[in-house]
Amino acid sequence: MAVIAHDPSVPTQTHAEVTRDVVRTITEKPTRGYYILAGTMAFLTLVLFVTLGALLKYGIGLAGYAPPIMWSVYITTFVFWVGIGHAGTLISAILFLFRSRWRTAVYRSTEAMTVFAVMTAALFPIIHIGRQWLFYWLLPYPNQRFLWPNFKSPLLWDVFAISTYLTVSSTFLMVGLVPDIAAVRDHVSGWKKKLYGMLSLGWTGADSQWRHYSRAYLYLAALCTPLVLSVHSVVSWDFAMSIVPGWHGTIFAPYFVAGAIYSGVGMVLTLIIPLRKMLRIEHMITEYHFDNLAKLTLLTGSILFYAYAMEYFVAWYSGSPYEQVTFWRRAFGPNWWAGWSMIICNAFVSQLLWFRKIRTNLTSLFVISIFINIGMWFERYVIVVSSLSNDYVPYAWGTINPTWADWCILAGSFGWFGLWFTLFYKNFPIVAIQEIKEMIPMPRRRAAAGGH
Amino acid sequence: MATSMSGVLGSFDHIDAACDAIRELKATGHKDLTVYSAAPNHELEAAIGDPVSPVRLFTLIGGLTGCAAGFGVAIWMSRDWPLLVGGKPIAAIPPYVVIGFELTILIGALSTVAGIIILSMMKSLKGRPYDPRFSDDRIGVFVPCRADQIVGVETLMTQYGSVEVSRDA
Repeated sequence: MAVIAHDPSVPTQTHAEVTRDVVRTITEKPTRGYYILAGTMAFLTLVLFVTLGALLKYGIGLAGYAPPIMWSVYITTFVFWVGIGHAGTLISAILFLFRSRWRTAVYRSTEAMTVFAVMTAALFPIIHIGRQWLFYWLLPYPNQRFLWPNFKSPLLWDVFAISTYLTVSSTFLMVGLVPDIAAVRDHVSGWKKKLYGMLSLGWTGADSQWRHYSRAYLYLAALCTPLVLSVHSVVSWDFAMSIVPGWHGTIFAPYFVAGAIYSGVGMVLTLIIPLRKMLRIEHMITEYHFDNLAKLTLLTGSILFYAYAMEYFVAWYSGSPYEQVTFWRRAFGPNWWAGWSMIICNAFVSQLLWFRKIRTNLTSLFVISIFINIGMWFERYVIVVSSLSNDYVPYAWGTINPTWADWCILAGSFGWFGLWFTLFYKNFPIVAIQEIKEMIPMPRRRAAAGGH
Repeated sequence: MATSMSGVLGSFDHIDAACDAIRELKATGHKDLTVYSAAPNHELEAAIGDPVSPVRLFTLIGGLTGCAAGFGVAIWMSRDWPLLVGGKPIAAIPPYVVIGFELTILIGALSTVAGIIILSMMKSLKGRPYDPRFSDDRIGVFVPCRADQIVGVETLMTQYGSVEVSRDA
């Protein structure tokens, strides 16, 4: 039987229905559940800032910083959050250039996730430097003694990479939002109309605006594409440029980029599986989109599997006893639980996604996404902490003793990220109205006349 | 000076009807049309027939400026306070590629956004009528014209399938 299947990437709604459904998510009164969620996130954010205040007053010694582990939970969490950001830009920019149609329904939420994740990540190096009020010393600014930062240091590359990433990804998000905010403006009244009117920057959808906008969006995507690949490479060089066993690896850049995208897609799944239900947009983000997200997870998870295997192989093949001991202790040393959590949660759990049934079952996908989040935090913990805990001389080996200040900042970072995301999805279009409309064929008079 | 322009605003439900009307309006010598749509559309673009946006020049110039600035800042600052480490060059190019690259992207992206704003502002839309339904599912075509042309344009719009025609005088 020849059945012409409906292309699942093309939405089934009309243009008017798209506007109505997305604007509804903003104009609808927030439920009690929303207030509870936002309240929890606000509370965790408060925890973050109170702890930060304590760190400012009493110093970084409050956290579990002790030689040899002078990079610990904060740097682990920094890499974790920067990594989360990468999936968003991959989906919004790289898949845009690839003309991958499934990205349209999910890209706005992932891009918002990117901006908020990088905003969260950017807190950590500042917390970590100890004298937080002097953070501007990182920037090359003219000063009395004409001292400049060391441009040969990977840590300074990181300052440039992260601040560029934060600026460009927020710009990309805001540029994409302008036509959608204009659509919201035209559907609300009173002070909201004024507010969205200001934010829409006078957008009317006139041809003279689209002409420049569509072209510029393409170039922005083209600029974001190498940026995604570069930022986590630069983060990886923070480690790889040093000579610490376990850090000094040439595979670090691609290994980190794959891991970043993997963790980011994991976070996307954790966020949008409940979100589409809460906002009742199940008809816009469908099984088809989740299937594709899961395939992306499977691909990056498999690259990660290969990278893990290769790391152990290179450690053995290098013949360097320091490298070999580090890797032996990753699996069987005092941090064995972290080492195995990383391998099981990332390399093995992702392989379940070969099964279509698992890919399209949202409950299983959600559970897997939680494993990914946990596994990817542990991956960074293993790389940062367990490599530092056993470097060259056994005399200098040590273990980490995290304190409440470590855990409160970690928990608080989820609150800070969650609060921004929660406020965003209730006040801005979480699905890109204009891009969805671009995919729906406009009605035609002639086709209609010919008998529909 | 009048706050609104004199002209005719037609709304269309169908893309082919709107394109036909735009082509006909252009053929009959009407210039400076404004076409509103909720999403960019290639058929509309072709009917309007404007050349490719020059916004790419902003991207190019911004990107090159960023690249030069990145390398320039790193090289100049290294030489301004020379610190010899391990016999390596004072201004080393490979590590500065990262700085040059990041600033290429940063300034390139920001100047692209400035490009959208500047280029869009070059054509003022002040006084041109707008209907909130244009951000929904309607296509709007506004033709600025003299009072004696209004009836002719209205007839043309209706003939080509405009579902709503209004005049702004």
